[in-house]
Amino acid sequence: MGRPDRIAPGDVPALELRGLGKTFHLRSGGVLRRRSTALHAVRDVDLVLPRNGILGLVGESGSGKSTTGMMALRLLEPTAGRILLEGTDITTLGSAALKPWRQKMQVVFQDSYSALDPMFTLQQVVAEPLRIHGIGTPDERAERALAWLERVGLHRGYGSRYAHELSGGQRQRVAIARALILGPSVLIADEPTSALDVSVKAQIINLLQDLQQDMGLSILFISHDLSVVRSLCDRVAVMFAGRIVEAAETEGIFGAARHPYTRSLLDAIPQLDPRNRRRRQFRSREDLAADIPVLSRAELAGDVAPSDTPRLVPVAPGHLVEARVTADPDTRSGA
Amino acid sequence: MTATEPFAPAGQTAPIVEIEDLQVGFPQLDGTVQAVRGVSFSLAAGESLGIVGESGSGKSVSCMAVMRLLRTPPARITARRLALDGVDVMAAGRRQMAELRGSVAAMIFQDPMTAFDPVFSIGTQIVETIQAHRATTTRAARAEALALLERVEIRNAAAILDSYPHQLSGGMLQRAMIAMALSCRPRVLFADEPTTALDVTVQAQILQLIKDLQDDFGMGLVMVTHDLGVVAETVDRVVVMYGGRVMEEASVHDIFERPAHPYTRALLVSIPGQEGGRRRLTEIPGASPDPSNPPTGCPFHPRCRQADARCRTDMPAMTPLGEGRRAACWRL
Ligand SMILES: Nc1ncnc2c1ncn2[C@@H]1O[C@H](COP(=O)(O)OP(=O)(O)O)[C@@H](O)[C@H]1O
Ligand SMILES: Nc1ncnc2c1ncn2[C@@H]1O[C@H](COP(=O)(O)OP(=O)(O)O)[C@@H](O)[C@H]1O
Ligand SMILES: [Mg+2]
Ligand SMILES: [Mg+2]
Repeated sequence: MGRPDRIAPGDVPALELRGLGKTFHLRSGGVLRRRSTALHAVRDVDLVLPRNGILGLVGESGSGKSTTGMMALRLLEPTAGRILLEGTDITTLGSAALKPWRQKMQVVFQDSYSALDPMFTLQQVVAEPLRIHGIGTPDERAERALAWLERVGLHRGYGSRYAHELSGGQRQRVAIARALILGPSVLIADEPTSALDVSVKAQIINLLQDLQQDMGLSILFISHDLSVVRSLCDRVAVMFAGRIVEAAETEGIFGAARHPYTRSLLDAIPQLDPRNRRRRQFRSREDLAADIPVLSRAELAGDVAPSDTPRLVPVAPGHLVEARVTADPDTRSGA
Repeated sequence: MTATEPFAPAGQTAPIVEIEDLQVGFPQLDGTVQAVRGVSFSLAAGESLGIVGESGSGKSVSCMAVMRLLRTPPARITARRLALDGVDVMAAGRRQMAELRGSVAAMIFQDPMTAFDPVFSIGTQIVETIQAHRATTTRAARAEALALLERVEIRNAAAILDSYPHQLSGGMLQRAMIAMALSCRPRVLFADEPTTALDVTVQAQILQLIKDLQDDFGMGLVMVTHDLGVVAETVDRVVVMYGGRVMEEASVHDIFERPAHPYTRALLVSIPGQEGGRRRLTEIPGASPDPSNPPTGCPFHPRCRQADARCRTDMPAMTPLGEGRRAACWRL
């Protein structure tokens, strides 16, 4: 099957997910009538994180964003599909073989408080990945940790403090320093700004932009906050019920969304102009799930065979929408 | 409120909420957390007011103080006036206060779990709230509870009546809490970050619901939030707080179209997603003040690009700017 967003040969993406899936088996029922229901948290996800860019992964809570991120990090085993880091398939690597690849891919979570050991000084917290990977002497590690604290905007004096002494924004800075000290090529950031205040949020967004450019980082930025994604990301993928339903350059999503679910998300963003207040119409999840766009081949930006099974098809260069494809323009409905 | 107050909403009935020069401190072993340092605002019947500010600016404590929901001690509250529906809440007894809470003012929170007792069903708790304020039969109160759950657009209201708080999703529980708050027909609803923990689509639905209910019940609304988008969507007038003080108050249109205070302006431009294209945001450097050691002068001066010597030493008074606008800044 032709992947519409296939990148140019030779340009290996930083991270690529191919047909990634995760099914949880939930036990339900009593002791006697034990049943197992399958929860398809993530289904057939294809994602390409290009080098030196920021890809946003958006969707409501429960749509499968974190599960996808955790699988990409090999912190959760996928039930289907493959994970390619800099072109190498790391899906089945054992822990020893995986260790060098772990240096290349790091993570920052929303709640960094629980990730920062309260018993360690911040200098120790930030130096910890170096120690785990056996890099440098203790003195070198300490010095690099202090330098990283400065780089994320905390003066060196913070090195002797503890996580509980920090504000939410400062803790996120420490978590970012700790994630980047190994010089990874990929950073997975799972809602890193969602718990922060407005002015602190802007500071962390700017810090991530600066570090991305300075280090040539590739960032998978997971968020339910579309406003942040608009300012930060080069490209956006929209997740709904475990599937990617639309993906495009950021302004392709914000200016020309085609999938009903994407549109409903965009429509719900509070407007900053009180003169633009309006009554909104809300569509149920079931209604949105049933409203699969039907596109004719003539509307597509590429040669795609007709298909009754919904799949991601290009509606413009680099703009993919999950749709059914008909041969005849007249049978078209929906988007 | 006295006639000389420059910010009294013109030509309106007696205010439902009056807060004048409110100070709230929390004594600690090593000093005092000065959570609120001289806050004044009021709300007329049926009016909607947004209280916007970053976390720690004193929004919740101000509202809890006028609702008498702060325990004293530890909290130390002083005010020139603190009243609900004309009743001085500082002088009100326990029973009178319980009566005011519910029939005059009700409050909803970010985390609805705090409003419900986990061991009783939703229905039982709403029925109890109704019966605490009015003499009705349990059967009648239950019918009322059902109608309320339907009014807040809970599908399957009859089943929800018998379910327990932990069985509901965040959005559903938020609706149930709103139903409980409305059960005594309050004249003003304090909504403290009611949508902060919710997804954007659920948030939009809850905000719409609150606005509809405000219209239907002719109820006043105090919307407490750190999100200027929520303010733009829901209220007519806005109070901007910072470091335990009011920085600016104006109509929602003026706040967005001609913000007077440097803090309001800085906050507005730092909001992400206003323009297309990946870009650095105009951030406010530095951090919010430490409430146990607030800066002298204007609390915003350490982060303010326009600050001069006077801003560092003296707190500017609220200056009326006409048309109900007022701001506390030396550089107006
Ligand atoms: N360990 C788990 N066991 C069972 N279900 C899970 C587990 N982790 C996540 N899920 C479920 O998978 C779905 C996707 O969750 P998640 O990836 O956390 O979504 P998001 O990050 O978009 O909010 C949800 O329905 C969630 O309840
Ligand atoms: N019970 C308390 N004891 C000590 N400090 C408190 C207490 N409640 C609130 N504070 C402090 O008062 C300040 C204002 O709090 P709050 O009104 O909750 O802020 P906001 O609602 O604007 O985020 C904060 O610094 C907070 O830590
Ligand atoms: Mg998540
Ligand atoms: Mg609060």
